[in-house]
Parts: sequence; structure tokens; C-alpha cells
Amino acid sequence: MSKPLKQIHLAAHFPGVNNTTVWSDPQAGSHIEFSSFAHFARTAERAKFDFLFLAEGLRLREQGGQIYDLDVVGRPDTFTVLAALAAVTEHLGLTGTINSTFNEPYEVARQFASLDHLSGGRSAWNVVTSWDAFTGENFRRGGFLPQEERYSRAKEFLATANELFDSWHGDEIAADQAAGVFLRDAKAGSFVHAGQHFDIHGQFNVPRSPQGRPVVFQAGDSEEGREFAASSADAIFSRYASLEEGRAFYTDVKNRLAKYGRSHRDLLILPAATFVLGDTDTEAEELAREVRRQQVSGATALKHLEFVWNRDLSAYDPEGPLPDIDPDVGDEHISQGRAQVRMYRDPLATVRAWRELAAAHDWSIRDLVINTGNRQTFVGSPATVARTINDFVQADVSDGFILVPHITPGGLDPFADKVVPLLQEQGVFRTEYEGTTLRDHLGLAHPDDVRGERVAS
Amino acid sequence: MSSTPVSSLHLAVALDGTGWHPASWREQVARPRDLFTAGYWADLVAEAERGLLDFVTFEDGLGLQSSHYGEPDGRTDQVRGRLDAVLTASRVAPLTRHIGLVPTVIATHTEPFHISKAIATLDHVSTGRAGLRVQISARPYEADHFGRRRFPPISLEELRTPAGQERLTGLFDEAADHVEVVRRLWDSWEDDAEIRDAATGRFIDRDKLHYIDFQGKHFSVKGPSITPRPPQGQPVVTALAHQIVPYRLVARQADVGYVTPHDAGQARAIVAEIRAEQEAAGRAGELLHVFGDLVVFLDDDRAAAEDRRARLDALAGEPYDSDARVFTGTSSQLADLLQELAGEGLSGFRLRPAVAGHDLPAITRGLVPELQRRGAFRTAYEADTLRGLLGLTRPANRYATA
Repeated sequence: MSKPLKQIHLAAHFPGVNNTTVWSDPQAGSHIEFSSFAHFARTAERAKFDFLFLAEGLRLREQGGQIYDLDVVGRPDTFTVLAALAAVTEHLGLTGTINSTFNEPYEVARQFASLDHLSGGRSAWNVVTSWDAFTGENFRRGGFLPQEERYSRAKEFLATANELFDSWHGDEIAADQAAGVFLRDAKAGSFVHAGQHFDIHGQFNVPRSPQGRPVVFQAGDSEEGREFAASSADAIFSRYASLEEGRAFYTDVKNRLAKYGRSHRDLLILPAATFVLGDTDTEAEELAREVRRQQVSGATALKHLEFVWNRDLSAYDPEGPLPDIDPDVGDEHISQGRAQVRMYRDPLATVRAWRELAAAHDWSIRDLVINTGNRQTFVGSPATVARTINDFVQADVSDGFILVPHITPGGLDPFADKVVPLLQEQGVFRTEYEGTTLRDHLGLAHPDDVRGERVAS
Repeated sequence: MSSTPVSSLHLAVALDGTGWHPASWREQVARPRDLFTAGYWADLVAEAERGLLDFVTFEDGLGLQSSHYGEPDGRTDQVRGRLDAVLTASRVAPLTRHIGLVPTVIATHTEPFHISKAIATLDHVSTGRAGLRVQISARPYEADHFGRRRFPPISLEELRTPAGQERLTGLFDEAADHVEVVRRLWDSWEDDAEIRDAATGRFIDRDKLHYIDFQGKHFSVKGPSITPRPPQGQPVVTALAHQIVPYRLVARQADVGYVTPHDAGQARAIVAEIRAEQEAAGRAGELLHVFGDLVVFLDDDRAAAEDRRARLDALAGEPYDSDARVFTGTSSQLADLLQELAGEGLSGFRLRPAVAGHDLPAITRGLVPELQRRGAFRTAYEADTLRGLLGLTRPANRYATA
């Protein structure tokens, strides 16, 4: 009972504000200049990737009341960069992370519909929510949402945006110069939405875009996040790229689709994945250790411990032993503006485990952080990495991966040059783009076809 | 300062759909089916750059276009719908090298934090050619698209009453706060904040990043921006103004104001009003351009231009009326008019092509060579940034303590 081989989907996450990005390497370029984005996008397109992915954070991260200065700081505006990248690429999908808490549906729908027109149908939206008043200090809306309202606003935001995308059907523009009829329908774009979070009505002013709606990504991992994805997303940007965790997540989420009348093909699971390539597996392992040391400076190691201890540890020597004081388990957290703080839900247990590890291996603070931190997802020769990626996809760990190189902008180049040809040889990755839109690349139906099928069935 | 002669004019073109005449889309050259494609906009901006223009502006709006100010008109015989102006400008940025790109942003309904980083990014993408044109919206139907506040019904006539003026004043004050936040955020990173100091592991010098701590009637914004200071330091801020309330916004916050005099006397009076407001705002020594806005029908002889206008008016079913003076004639006649108005203190013009496909090439291939012959327009781009083209120096950072 051999199944046909699944085709792999690959995407490229621009390395920026992220603790895996190595900015101190001599090859590391600008994270702001457009030439870096253009280089990265052209590499991804040369390698026939499905899309490029941009993350977003709407307030600079802080720790101990000060702007966090050890990782890359600063990024450009997502929409503006993606629109410019549409000019230097022809096929590559353009995925932007856009917040549903500090935006309004009418404006975001206009921006995605415009991006879809300006890119010939290549836009995608990673819908995220914010939870903190900290970020809200930069916005009119201010304030924050209680945990339980985050997803209700996000769901209603997306549903409202879809109503706006669907308010034009695609046949309204006659542009009949002789007859003097520009619009066939004076009511084009009409919408009414009265809900808990949004009470809006009127006419949307961007005609139907090539993809109908942008491809929708969801990244949350909670129970609510998984349901939201199963009901409304086209793809999940997940963090489970290992064999066991990945398969469990994949099975869990795909099994939720049926109750929404959707098939397994309607939602792609695409975890973030890091990689280190070497000529041999041994060389790659050595390089991977070196990259980990670059990623975790002594100062970074101390700051990482502060997430758990939740107190100022600047007096400690990162090359020395772990602090002997206990963590502060109060409500106030030392770190703001990042998702990472939620990783350690039981700091006392974490500290106990870390002390045991450090004692057993004679590790310094920095050694501990390097050794307990996430190992790169794929480490090895191009042949090993290509084989592992294919094995994982065929084993339903995922439908592909969103690769996060650690060097800007050239970090994707070796993957494009050495790994992609091997995947192509195995017949599991495209050698040419077959369609023009991102939906084509991802094998997703146009929303109008979906609705047509549903009416018919 | 710029190397162009003092008598030299600045020229911009205002892009809006197929042109400013409501029947422009029915002309052979108009390409109305391409309006929602990148290629259409890329071609227009390339034509403007061929003519060495200082910049193009992109109109925008948060609702369907309407021939009535306060409500949708339900018409189907004119262009309706448009793409986001900032994204359109960014889409053409990598395809051009010299021309400034100035999209419209609506201060009334947008977040200054988002606008600031978007225009900063347009400046990074275009390596120093970005600006913005700030606009307010008093339209109730656009407010209804956001649902955050309701505006009572209003017509253009009602806006001229004292009650209408009070509403406008409030919206312009909010727009001034919006631009203030946008500008502070542009300065919230000093130019050399990124240090990449491997020895200490620090990517930035956080003493060179600044909270802006803006507190206003409509919003408070903490900062700093998430986007580093743009190449120009401060991208160019522009606004269209028809009377004293918006003149005050221009005087307080803009680098270029667009005004709509119908003759030389009006031009002189408007320039005097703006200069007085500029002094009152404490900016007396600063370079603030006042550009005249004109709708143009340009042909080889005046009769042809007038015929074309009459033909379009007949298609539209009514004579075309505009806030700006409508010029019909030849390149030489337009050059005469521009030089006459410049004599009253206007330093440049924003021309609104009646038909983009006809009047934009007429500007770049007819008017520009005519002005060049008179020594009144550049013969090559003399600067790499929009501020440079406009003779604006790169400003010091307000937060830097050198």
C-alpha cells in the first residue's frame, strides 16, 4: 500500500529580529536595506520556493526596563517591503505577519487586496494577535485584550476582512469606454458587519484581487489557535519540526478539519526550521556547534537566564557557575514584547533541572544555555538534509518547512544551490513554477471554486 | 544647496486613476482595464521620471470615489476603486532611480505608528526618495468603514459654515498631531544607533534610541519606532491646502504645501498668508515650498486642448469643475503661466493631468523641454534624494545630543 510521494513545500523566513540570527558574522549584512531583502527573495525564487515570510513585532523588546540590545533590533514595515519585493520577483509568494489587535479590518483588507493586485496574486497573511498593553502604548487603540478576547477579536477580524474581500465578485468592472459604463453594479463592494468587536458598513474600495483572498496563515499553538486554524486558515506556521512532536501536531490539527467540512489538503502544516550544512555530516555538526556559540554570547546567556530567574543577573559571570539565588516568581515579568517568556511556565522546576545538568557536565552559564537551547532542525551534508526533509514530509511531520537561515541575506544560498537540486532529483520538489499565484504553488483552491463546490454538493 | 539655477521651477505630477477629468477613462489612451495592475503605475511613473520631474503624488481614499463630498454617489459611469497608495509607490520604487514617490495617507483613520514606519520603509526601499501627502477625511461614510467614531452628515457647503469650520479645525489639529508623531518616530533612532559591537555583544547603542512619549487629545504614542531612521532623516511631508486652517498645517508641519490660486493676485495673497503662519509657527528660517496645483489639458494648439476638454465634458454630461485652476493650451502658454505665478512666490507646481495617458507625456515631452529652453528646469537629475531635488538639507536628529 505505497502512497504517492507528497510534494514538499518550501519557504524562506527573512532572518531579522530573532535569537537565531547571527549578526556578528563577517558575512552578515543589513536587516533593513532593501538590497538584503531583494537578494534573499531572488535566492528563494531561483530555488523555486513557494514563498518568502516576514515576521513582525510592533514594539521593540525590553528586558529589565531597557531596550533589549543583544539581538538584531529594528525591521522595516511588512506591507511596504512586500510590495517592493513584488517588483523584483515574478512567482514567489509574499507572506506578511500582520497583527489583528492594532489594526482595523477595512485598512488591512485594502492593503492585502492591493498587495495581491500589485503582485499578480502572490499575497499571504499570517494573522497574529497581541496580548499586551506594552505594545498597545504605540497605538490609538492602546490598552490590551484579555486572553479570552484575543482569539475572538482575531476570528472576527479575519471573518470581517473576508467579507470585505468577498464584497467584490470579480465581474463588476466593465470599463466599457464606448458605452460609458465603468462599473456594472453601483453597489459593488457593499458590506455590513455588526459584531462584538467591529460594527462597520459601507463599500469596500478595492476590486476583487487575483487570488480572491490572500492565503491565510495562523501561528498560534493553543487549543483556541488550533481550532481557529482548522476553521479558517490555509496554512499553519508551526514550531513542531521534530519527528515525534511534528507528527503529533500534524495529526491533531488535520483531524480537526472534518468538522468544518474541510479536507486534509485544505490546510498545510509548515513548521519553522533552522539548518546548518557542511560538506560532511561531521563537518556540519562542528559548524552547528560554532553557530550555537555565535548565537549565544556571554551577555545573551545571562539575559536568557533572566527569563527564568526573572531578576537582574548582570553581576554574574557567564563563564562561571549558575546563580545560587532563587527565581522571582512574581507576576511582573522582566521581559516584555516577546513570546519567549511563556516558554518557562514553572521556573522553579526549570532552575532545579538546570542546576542538576550544570553540575553533571560541569557547565558554565553560557555552556548551559548553548547546550539546552534548541539545536538546529537540520544539520548535515546536503544529502543528509535533503533526505531528512523528505523523510519528515513523507512521514507527515509536516507538508514542508519554512526555513530560517541564520545569516542575512546570503544564508539561504547554500540551501538553494546544494539541497534543492537533490530534492528535485528525488521528484519531491518542483523544478519550475507551474502556476502564477501562491494558491497555485500551495495547491489551494481559489475561494470562488471552493464556494462553488460547496453549493454543488 | 542645489546646483540648479535660482529661476528653476520644481515640477510634480499628481496621479489619480486615468486622470483628473471624470471622463478621462473613456479616452483611447486611458487603459482603464489596467488600473489595478502594477504595470499601469510603473509606466506612468517611468514617464514622469523620463521628464526629470521632482516627484509624483498618488491620490488615495478610504472609500469609493464620489462626486458628492459627504456621501457615495452610486455612479457607474466614472472610475471607482483604487489601490493603496503607499503600496503602489513601493511597488514602483525598485523600478525607478531618481524620482520622488509621495503617496497620500489619511491621518483621520490611520495609526501614526504604522504610517511612520511605512514611509520610513518606502524611503529605505527607494534609497531616499519618499514623502507623504497628508489628508484628512470628514466624510461620514469613510468613518463608518472604521466604526471607531461617527461623523454627522456633511456637504461641501456645510463645511464652509462656522460649525463645519470647527469640525475641520479639529480634524486638521489631529492631522498635525499625526504628522508630529510620524516625524518624531523617524528621529527616534539616531543615524548611528546600530553598532554591531561584537566585543560587548550589543547590536545597538540603546542610548541612541528614544521614546517619543507623545500625549495628545486623540492618541498617545510611546515609541521608539521599530524601523531605523530613514535615509533622508525626515522624508518630505506635503499637504494640499485651500484656506487658513490647512495653511496652518502646512506652516507647522510640511515641507511642501499645494495651493490653488486662480490668478497671480491670489497666488501672492496665499503665499503671504502661509509665510505669516510659518513665522507664527517659529519656522521663519526654514525652506518651505509653496507649489501651485493646476489641472492641465495640453495640446499643440489651444483650440485642440479646448476641443478635448469640451469633448470630455460632453461625455461626462457636465462641465468639469475643480478646486484648482483648469488650464487649457499649449506647452509654451503653460510655461508662461507657471513663470508668471512663480513670480508671486510659488517655487513649483503640482500638475494634475486631465488625462494621464495624454497630458502626462505632454508635460514630460512638451512642457519640460520648453521650460528647459527657458533655463527654468533641470536638464539632468542633480541629486539622489527627494530632499536633495527640493533643495532641502538632511535635517539633524531632534534627539541627538552631539
